[in-house]
Amino acid sequence: MTSLLLTTLDTGNTAWLTMSAILVMLMTVPGLALFYGGLVRSKNILSIIMQCLMCTAVMSILWIAFGYSWVFGTGFHGTGIGAIIGGFDKVFLNGVTTHSIMSPSGVPEITFCLFQCMFAVITPGLIIGAFAERLKFSSFMVFTILWSILVYNPMAHFVWGGGWLQQMGALDFAGGTVVHINAGISALVMALMLGRRSDYRPGKPIPATNVTYVFLGAIFLWLGWFGFNAGSGLTADGLDANAFLVTHLCTCVAAITWMAIDWIYSGKPTTVGVCTGAVAGLVAITPAAGSTGVLGAIMIGFVTSVVCYFMVAYVKPKLGYDDALDAFGVHGIGGIIGSVLTGVFASAAITGGAKGALYGDWHQLGVQLIATGFAIVYSGVITFILFKVIDKTMGIRVEPRVEEEGLDIYEHGENAYN
Amino acid sequence: MKKIEAIIRKTRFEEVKEALLAADIEWFSYYDVRGEGKMRQARIYRGVMYNTSCIERVLLNIVVRDKNVEKTIAAVQKAAQTGEIGDGRIFVIPVEDAVRIRTGERGDIALYNAELEK
Repeated sequence: MTSLLLTTLDTGNTAWLTMSAILVMLMTVPGLALFYGGLVRSKNILSIIMQCLMCTAVMSILWIAFGYSWVFGTGFHGTGIGAIIGGFDKVFLNGVTTHSIMSPSGVPEITFCLFQCMFAVITPGLIIGAFAERLKFSSFMVFTILWSILVYNPMAHFVWGGGWLQQMGALDFAGGTVVHINAGISALVMALMLGRRSDYRPGKPIPATNVTYVFLGAIFLWLGWFGFNAGSGLTADGLDANAFLVTHLCTCVAAITWMAIDWIYSGKPTTVGVCTGAVAGLVAITPAAGSTGVLGAIMIGFVTSVVCYFMVAYVKPKLGYDDALDAFGVHGIGGIIGSVLTGVFASAAITGGAKGALYGDWHQLGVQLIATGFAIVYSGVITFILFKVIDKTMGIRVEPRVEEEGLDIYEHGENAYN
Repeated sequence: MKKIEAIIRKTRFEEVKEALLAADIEWFSYYDVRGEGKMRQARIYRGVMYNTSCIERVLLNIVVRDKNVEKTIAAVQKAAQTGEIGDGRIFVIPVEDAVRIRTGERGDIALYNAELEK
């Protein structure tokens, strides 16, 4: 897909992909920063914002330095190694000039690289939700850099860059496996290994400091996701229009479903609930946005909201792990449901080929299950090793005093509110 | 009638609240407060470092009848204690009178609900 054939530049596609890259950046800063920042206590809000900012700055540099080459390079194309990493031929965007045009969409390769860069930025950002309020900033930096090299880049190559999962036919339109399952499972492993925040008791949630920020963050995510999903086709055509449509529809259904469950089981429809439901819907439709229609979108939105609600409201307190902001409960679970249901609701009318179990092709469901299972095991194992290494060498958790008084003042020397 | 003012760690608030409820102290007010102390913490603003001694705590304001003073103090002290420096203070202050605004009742009776007490 990274062919350098002389294709004519398509200004329409280029304009839309540029716009999409901007939208996807908005998902991390300020989207995630506000969404997660609003959910933690006021003493830790800056630590979340800093982590999101650093995901943006550091991941972008790594991406341009070698991430892009590793994922989308063609140096090892056709060889056995090519199934695992792309190559080192595009390190520091070597050979990617203003005249490199992607085929068949006719967008500059630089624009494509920037668009994908924003995906590499947000993925480690999602994990922040699991270890919020208790991770050392220095350890966060090391963890995130290593994680993107060892987990994100390989997975992105396997699924998008011509790696073995893509060769097998796995459908992941905009990042259900690469982004959400990947980040969600790592989040679970981090939450389990780190242990609870010192004053967290299972079943007694720590209230959000500013629900207005949570709302703002959720809306930035929602808006940004239109670029995330509808930009992933790289063209401004009917497929992208459909991706936009199903993204919006699935999110609305998931938000309303969450509100209904809240209303029935907790007695009141809550703002944080609707925001969480919306994000769960956005996550779940991500892998399916390029292959499902209106019916699939409604079903995926409904099922995801129900299962994610059950996970964060019942399973999490029962098991007692402290996934502080439900990075696993929403992104991990939502991603898994979306990825598997893609194999059910994929419609040949939209993909132009592959179709799901609902339309009689059970093979696609099998491929989706393999891709999902592999992503779970791979990111889980590597995250476990990374945690152990960082914890043994530099210590991963802050001192009890820092955790108590707040990461903002001790780690960053600032307070959000003065 | 006494007012018990307790300055406690924010992180111990839930425990203290539960201990007070368990001791039948059903209402109190609390605020976020900032205090000055010996602890110093570096702060940075655009490259300029300065020290701050600002410490954030929660202040509980509990007015109880004389007979409940000791158990209230015990509940707060037990629940707020971590053993580290900075666990806070409890102050006991005499209160002249109390008036229940709804009924105009004065004195001890204004502090509790006689019907629920039985």
